[in-house]
Amino acid sequence: MKVFQRSLSYIAIVLIAISSATLQASSGDEQHQSTGNPIDTKEEIQAYIKHHLQDSHDFVLYTNGETGHHVGFPLPIILWDGGLQVFMSSKFHHGETVAESNGNYYKLYHGKIYKTDAAGTIHDDGHGHPSNEKPLDFSITKSVVGMLLTGLLMLLLFSSLAKGYKKGPIPTGIARVLEPLVIYVRDEIAKPNIGEKKYRKFMGFLLTVFFFIWILNLLGLTPLGFNVTGNIAVTACLGIFTMVIYMASGSKDFWQHTLWMPGVPVILRPILAVIELVGFILIKPFSLLVRLYANITAGHFVVMSLIALMILMKAKFGAVGATGMSLVLSLFITVIELLVAFLQAFIFTMLSSLFIGMAVEEHDHH
Amino acid sequence: MDQLLNDFSPGLFFMQAIILVILILLMRKFAWKPILTSLQDREDGIQGALDAAEAAKKEMQNLKADNERILNEARAQRDSMLKEAKELKENMITEAKEEAQAQADKIIVQAQATIASEKKAALAELKSNVAGLSVEIAEKVVRQELSNKDKQLELVESMLGEVTLN
Repeated sequence: MKVFQRSLSYIAIVLIAISSATLQASSGDEQHQSTGNPIDTKEEIQAYIKHHLQDSHDFVLYTNGETGHHVGFPLPIILWDGGLQVFMSSKFHHGETVAESNGNYYKLYHGKIYKTDAAGTIHDDGHGHPSNEKPLDFSITKSVVGMLLTGLLMLLLFSSLAKGYKKGPIPTGIARVLEPLVIYVRDEIAKPNIGEKKYRKFMGFLLTVFFFIWILNLLGLTPLGFNVTGNIAVTACLGIFTMVIYMASGSKDFWQHTLWMPGVPVILRPILAVIELVGFILIKPFSLLVRLYANITAGHFVVMSLIALMILMKAKFGAVGATGMSLVLSLFITVIELLVAFLQAFIFTMLSSLFIGMAVEEHDHH
Repeated sequence: MDQLLNDFSPGLFFMQAIILVILILLMRKFAWKPILTSLQDREDGIQGALDAAEAAKKEMQNLKADNERILNEARAQRDSMLKEAKELKENMITEAKEEAQAQADKIIVQAQATIASEKKAALAELKSNVAGLSVEIAEKVVRQELSNKDKQLELVESMLGEVTLN
């Protein structure tokens, strides 16, 4: 355990070292890019927010609007295109240039990687989307970095809590904050919904998901600009995990009630079975994933829009008035977002355990 | 919806799935299992301690009740013992009295019997002495008579006087 933790901290140090080294490198590289003016029109702000809400292949901390100079560091690109293609995202120069890897050419276009020819031509399919072939993209994107960071943080925090119990039953230090949270998830979320007897089996998933979502939501509120839980692929994965878990642990009663509902006319039973199955396989996980995605995306959107007020209202209220208004409003919404960050983690875990509880429930036979 | 589908990145989905699975497994092994076990142990410990305290309290009450009962029994026993001893004492005294009385009676009877037999013996001896004396006197009288009549009478008279004096 100790060795494990030590190696974790080494990995963290090495990661920080690498990133600071590449930070220097990339800031040197990208001098040539210039987009001109700082972002100040409505359209530019909308595009900026939209860009932020999407996953990104670079970790850009901020961009100098006048020189178009990005400060940040590149992330590894991992593509599966008839073979593994691995290179750093600095090759794309934020979409400006075509990246070449093992004789294949790739271009970053609106946050997505397309296979192109050496010139980097993007063909339009007539609906505004590129018709170029998209290689399978397993890159370590910004969201993946966020998830890895969160995972690392969770491992460090909670293994220290676990280790603390070896010294004595009373937690000390940070463990005093973490322990009530674990107990909260166990006593307020898992036990009442799944039941005293069966909750233990699902605690690993529920606790991990709760803290994973919560920490990622909070990370999204930092100026690092993560938007992991506002990413439909991430929430879809979480929702599907819940679905697989409750479908896999369904009791005999659950399947009987789903597929052949007792106490209902026989003709209605197949119809009910279809409704129930659609409910469990599609609607429930879909509601989970869309709720999380929409809440977090909307939160980011509102906060960023309120910050943008500072620029948009400058003409009407003057610099001080616009800044003050934007500051007060965005502070207010950020505080609400802090609550939402917890609330969404809570709701996701709560509903997951509720669905699991439905699946494992054993009815009294009447 | 089109936007949503366009935003969906299969690669990110895949990476997320892998990270989540690994994270769940690692967290379960290194964090949740030991934490939940320790929490459960601690809660069981607290419950156990509370139960033990409750049990101890009950036991003490039982013990107290027992003590009370034993004390009462001891008291009753002491009372009965005292009563018995008193009775025994009284019995002994009466018995001793009766025995002494009987002994005394016996001694008295014996003494009376002895006195009676002594008296008889004395009387018998007296009788035999009286007879011998009479014979002696008669002999002396006879002898005197043989010499002097008057003297004979006188002698008898004096002899008789002696006898009565005895």
